[in-house]
Amino acid sequence: MSRKPYIRPVPKTSWYMKYMKHDRYKRYMLREVTCIFIGIYTAIIVLGLYNLSEGQESFDLFMATLRTPGALVFHLFALSFAFYHSATWFNVTPQAMPLMKGDDFVSGSLIIRVHYAAWAAVSLVILFVVGA
Amino acid sequence: MSETRTIKIEILRYRPEIDSSPVLQSYRVPCPQEWVVLDALDYIKNNIDSSLSYRWSCHMAVCGSCGVMVNGEPMLACKTFLREMGDTVRVEPLLNFPIERDLVVVIDDFLENLKSLKPYIIRKTEKPVEEGTHLQTHAQLKRFKQYTLCINCLLCYAACPQYALNTNFIGPSALALAHRYNLDSRDEGYAMRQEIVASPEGVWECSFVGACSEVCPKHVDPASAVQQMKITSTKDYFLRFLGGKR
Ligand code: SF4
Ligand code: FES
Repeated sequence: MSRKPYIRPVPKTSWYMKYMKHDRYKRYMLREVTCIFIGIYTAIIVLGLYNLSEGQESFDLFMATLRTPGALVFHLFALSFAFYHSATWFNVTPQAMPLMKGDDFVSGSLIIRVHYAAWAAVSLVILFVVGA
Repeated sequence: MSETRTIKIEILRYRPEIDSSPVLQSYRVPCPQEWVVLDALDYIKNNIDSSLSYRWSCHMAVCGSCGVMVNGEPMLACKTFLREMGDTVRVEPLLNFPIERDLVVVIDDFLENLKSLKPYIIRKTEKPVEEGTHLQTHAQLKRFKQYTLCINCLLCYAACPQYALNTNFIGPSALALAHRYNLDSRDEGYAMRQEIVASPEGVWECSFVGACSEVCPKHVDPASAVQQMKITSTKDYFLRFLGGKR
């Protein structure tokens, strides 16, 4: 007998809606969205560097713009998304970078905690350098 | 003793000789405490409708043939208890695969991909039998053991949104099995497998949604294998510029 396999259509929009019903895909999409904010944040930094190269006046204007309410709100958003991105990344590091010690794997929670500790240490150093 | 509850099972059926597209069909089945979805399918086939087609073999989560969508989630029919479900249970063929008939899907692509990754130990030169077996330490075994547990049930493919969009993607379990052999201290086939692993249809199709690992009934964690292979593939890429090789 001849075969006639049926291929279920995957229209892009309904595909999206279908997957978004599940929490795991929502979490994933939220994580992907964080990139947009981090991308914009990076662009702002580059703009700041450009302004710096243009001289004092231009840099002061840049800094003043950063203090406007809109810029502050954006940075709060960007910061919380950066937190979310970092935390979700740290949580999967044991999967991506498992470590063996002797006959066994180093526990996942230890790998995660080391990442958090390194994050805290780097943040402190930066705060110290910026503050100095 | 109280009477056995009965539930409605809705099955997405496709009979290529009469259906132009799949249709839902409902059956009323009893639902004793110890029944799994596969028991209900057996009940339907034996008592109500012998034309129903589905795959199974071991009835104990070992053979990997009974993967279906249960209420939208990829599950093993033999490991999914009905007592944990409501009064209506929807059973569909595994998502992202063509339907051959009823709950039977076409897995030819997967088998081809798996074959192309050479999921067996490859040696550059075989060790003569007189020299004895290849010994392995506990640590060497532990490194890849979890990836040997895969039963090829393909639930991970049904959960993967990247595979849904691009069925050319080699996919989670085939890649996890390639990783299993790459990690094996007796194997020397890394470079051969890498041609496919590091190709555009290989690990780089994966965006680490992680759904494969969440649905895997054997805790293989294919997502971890794929991420580790991304790291080694990236290292290879840069080492090439330094004239080194792995
Ligand atoms: S990795 Fe898990 S879900 Fe995927 S085929 Fe193997 S056992 Fe099934
Ligand atoms: S029948 Fe073998 S895994 Fe379910």
